[in-house]
Amino acid sequence: MSRVTLLSLQVLVAVVTLALWQLFSTVPVFGKVLLPPFFFSNPIDVFSQIVKWFSTGVIWKHLAITLWESILAFVIGSAGGILVGFWFARQPRVAAVFDPYVKMVNALPRVVLAPIFALWFGLGVWSKVALGVTLVFFIVFFNVYQGVKEVPTTVLDNGRMLGMNERQLMRHVYWPSALSWMFSSLHTSVGFAVVGAVVGEYLGSAAGLGYLIQQAEGVFDVAGVFAGMFVLSAFVILIDMGVTMVENRLLVWRPTPVTRD
Amino acid sequence: MAMTEPTAVALDSATVAFRLADGRVYTAVEQANLSVDHGEFVAIVGPTGCGKSTLLNVTAGLLKPAAGTARIFDKPLSGLNRDAGYLFQADALFPWKTAIDNVAIGLEITGTPRAEALARAQKWLTSVGLGAFANRYPHMLSGGQRKRVALAQVLIRDPKILLMDEPFGPLDAQTRQIMGNLLLELWSADRKAVLFVTHDLEEAIALADRVVIMSAGPSARIIGDWRITLPRPRDIAEVRMEKDFHALHREIWGVLKDEVMKGYVQSTQAGAA
Repeated sequence: MSRVTLLSLQVLVAVVTLALWQLFSTVPVFGKVLLPPFFFSNPIDVFSQIVKWFSTGVIWKHLAITLWESILAFVIGSAGGILVGFWFARQPRVAAVFDPYVKMVNALPRVVLAPIFALWFGLGVWSKVALGVTLVFFIVFFNVYQGVKEVPTTVLDNGRMLGMNERQLMRHVYWPSALSWMFSSLHTSVGFAVVGAVVGEYLGSAAGLGYLIQQAEGVFDVAGVFAGMFVLSAFVILIDMGVTMVENRLLVWRPTPVTRD
Repeated sequence: MAMTEPTAVALDSATVAFRLADGRVYTAVEQANLSVDHGEFVAIVGPTGCGKSTLLNVTAGLLKPAAGTARIFDKPLSGLNRDAGYLFQADALFPWKTAIDNVAIGLEITGTPRAEALARAQKWLTSVGLGAFANRYPHMLSGGQRKRVALAQVLIRDPKILLMDEPFGPLDAQTRQIMGNLLLELWSADRKAVLFVTHDLEEAIALADRVVIMSAGPSARIIGDWRITLPRPRDIAEVRMEKDFHALHREIWGVLKDEVMKGYVQSTQAGAA
């Protein structure tokens, strides 16, 4: 399939979906509106809501807050994951002792921690960051742990035979290997940072995209809920594109599965 | 030379044993006596799984013998063998470093300034025929090119002893010959002591000054030691056509053949068990 055909088909899906949505929510079929506006709103209302947010500039503040929370959650969660991942991988006894507790905490659906975090850190930025951190930490931790463990013995022996001491092995062998595993999960961990922020906002806050959606829902403003969802997914897609760019720069040494023309 | 210089590698009754998962002790190599003189190229040949690599790892200091001693230039070996460079069978390049960084790293970690290390690495890449590939990552190179980088990576540190574990094993026949000639060319420039492990008798005879034969494992022993008097410089492909080569090959193969068969039978039994 050529690029043009593919792109036009992709656009077609969006157009048809929106057209059907608009049609069934405004035009009665056999005397009955299939998608009652109260529950489903309609694309035009949703679109004008989005335009209003951007033209008045209200949205920027909320986007900035969510972005900031996501960044903090990602940075803190990653730093913690890298430290503990390295520590556990280099000290198998420590890893063995903590193993059941790591599994236990990781098995817990993180959403239930949100109220506790709200209690501990208040309704501001930090309770959302804490929620995001608990999500990001485990992704990074498991990958760094695996990355350090999975260094091929031959590569390690080669480093030793070339004269590397433990510190140099750390820098030239373990660290790049761990980092490559961490970056391979970058999309997931960044995504989880955003999830933590938005869910946290949704459950109690005064700003952010999650707050916006929650507010709209509170007054049965379905157009607002949908508008918030669309802005949120556009926001996540943009962040994901950024991650892809960073990834391509940092992991040039890895074979790319996609062939270049 | 052997008179004035101490022996580069001397294994004296070296026995290597491993404890298996079920608690039994598996003796890989038993009572091996092996010496490599300064500037001498020794090839170890034996059937698959006979412990050739084990012996090499003992010489490298990656493994400790259960009994017996390893002496390097007349000093008992403790810890890693700092005089040795090791060319591994599997890919051992750092995949996250470019070819030139892979070669330069051996100098950088000993404190050579980066600019100087890179300049010397570039020279080494050129002498293994990869001058134009300095900025490629290992995954962008072919198997043969990766071996060339690995060779440069080891040689840049100018080790007095070169340990090679079936280094050309994964390569195709033509590339092996080219690599063999490259190795001989680089080696003849400054005659390091070489311990070269292979399962390919022809390769061993074509390259080495001495060919050492090991019996099938477990408890493999050294069962033969031949001096290869073929004149140097040699061309790997052409030396195989010579009469003396055939005579040597026939003689050594007569001993090796039985061991290869034993090794084969054992490996099939182990597979069935």
